[in-house]
Amino acid sequence: MNKCIERLYNGILKENPTFVLMLGMCPTLAVTTSALNGLFMGLTTMVVLALSNAFISLLRNIIPAKVRIPAFIVIIASFVTMMELLLEGFLPSLYDTLGIYIPLIVVNCIILGRAESYASKNPVLPSVFDGIGMGFGFAVALTMIGAVRELLGAGDIFGFHIMPDGFVPVSIFIMAPGAFFVLALLTAIQNQVKISGEKKGKDMSKIGSGCSEDCMNCSESGCSSRKFYDADAKENGEVE
Amino acid sequence: MTNLIIIALGAALVNNVVLSQFLGLCPFLGVSKKVKTAAGMGSAVIFVITLASFVTAIIYKYLMLPLDVAYLKTIIFILVIAALVQFVEMFLKKYMPPLYESLGVYLPLITTNCAVLGVALTNVQKSYGILESVVSGFATAIGFTISIVILAGIREKMEYNDIPKPFQGMPIVLVTAGLMAIAFCGFSGLL
Repeated sequence: MNKCIERLYNGILKENPTFVLMLGMCPTLAVTTSALNGLFMGLTTMVVLALSNAFISLLRNIIPAKVRIPAFIVIIASFVTMMELLLEGFLPSLYDTLGIYIPLIVVNCIILGRAESYASKNPVLPSVFDGIGMGFGFAVALTMIGAVRELLGAGDIFGFHIMPDGFVPVSIFIMAPGAFFVLALLTAIQNQVKISGEKKGKDMSKIGSGCSEDCMNCSESGCSSRKFYDADAKENGEVE
Repeated sequence: MTNLIIIALGAALVNNVVLSQFLGLCPFLGVSKKVKTAAGMGSAVIFVITLASFVTAIIYKYLMLPLDVAYLKTIIFILVIAALVQFVEMFLKKYMPPLYESLGVYLPLITTNCAVLGVALTNVQKSYGILESVVSGFATAIGFTISIVILAGIREKMEYNDIPKPFQGMPIVLVTAGLMAIAFCGFSGLL
């Protein structure tokens, strides 16, 4: 049981997918126009992540290593389709707001990354908790980013007006450019934490750049690393 | 014809795939250090997205709708796209080595790119026909190429700038992308 709690802590704080690992940036930027949208997107991802982790962990000894990535994708896509149909049926307004970003959970690198690096190697129960922890960490991060953008861009949080009347909303923050600026600030803070942590001699190697650093040298387990290294070698060869 | 032009302009400029839809951010941020590689990535994306929108549109119209399995579109599209990219890679390697030399490096990077799946799903959502899907896919990819090449051009110049330490690397690139997104907001008056 201890291991399960450790997984939760790991996902929410120690290896938070958004703030620490910097994974899954597309939905992070696209749906965080308000705190509520961010929360629901995060929760949807959490359900998919927990279920797909559970299934992949159950099937980990059956799936041949060579076809594991396509097999994972099919499992993940099935759960995403289920969630999509459920949301369409029971929360149609939310379904309309999140729109195309619900099916795109399939290509969210957090999910494939967890499948590859954790669920395919560990028993069912810790895998489920790993999924819940990571998914919840993602939901918390999206809600926080959404809250900041909503507060600056509309003066609200969760739809409640809380800024004083004199406040003029900076509406650019709920538009597309605002997403880039908020993320820029976030990565700058992360860099600062990393720099000052390294000065004190702490191990900061966990703080990743996710997919944002360099696709050609991607070391995240979600991306099929072999191909990326091949591509890199070829690129270098071409230059020389 | 006007219809097609409106779709093309909308997909390439007004709803730019990266700067207003946030799809395909990974290659946009990751492969934009040099204009040359950015252009290579852009052309590979044009190639794959156009082909993928054509193939998925055909499969959707002639296979999934008659069989009444439209709700399986996410699963089917992602498998089709992954298989398609692999197949294109093998085909180019065998029959068109020069093209493979210039595009081959980027093809594996595109397989799980959300832009490709995003375009295929958007085409279905807006119930485009086959020709409209191809036009919309092609224009979306052109929009991607325009923005990644512009970003790479800015980044090449920015290399010599004195940037505050926490903002070095990704943050300043994101600020640049944000400013580009503001510029692209100007296109919204176009349609």
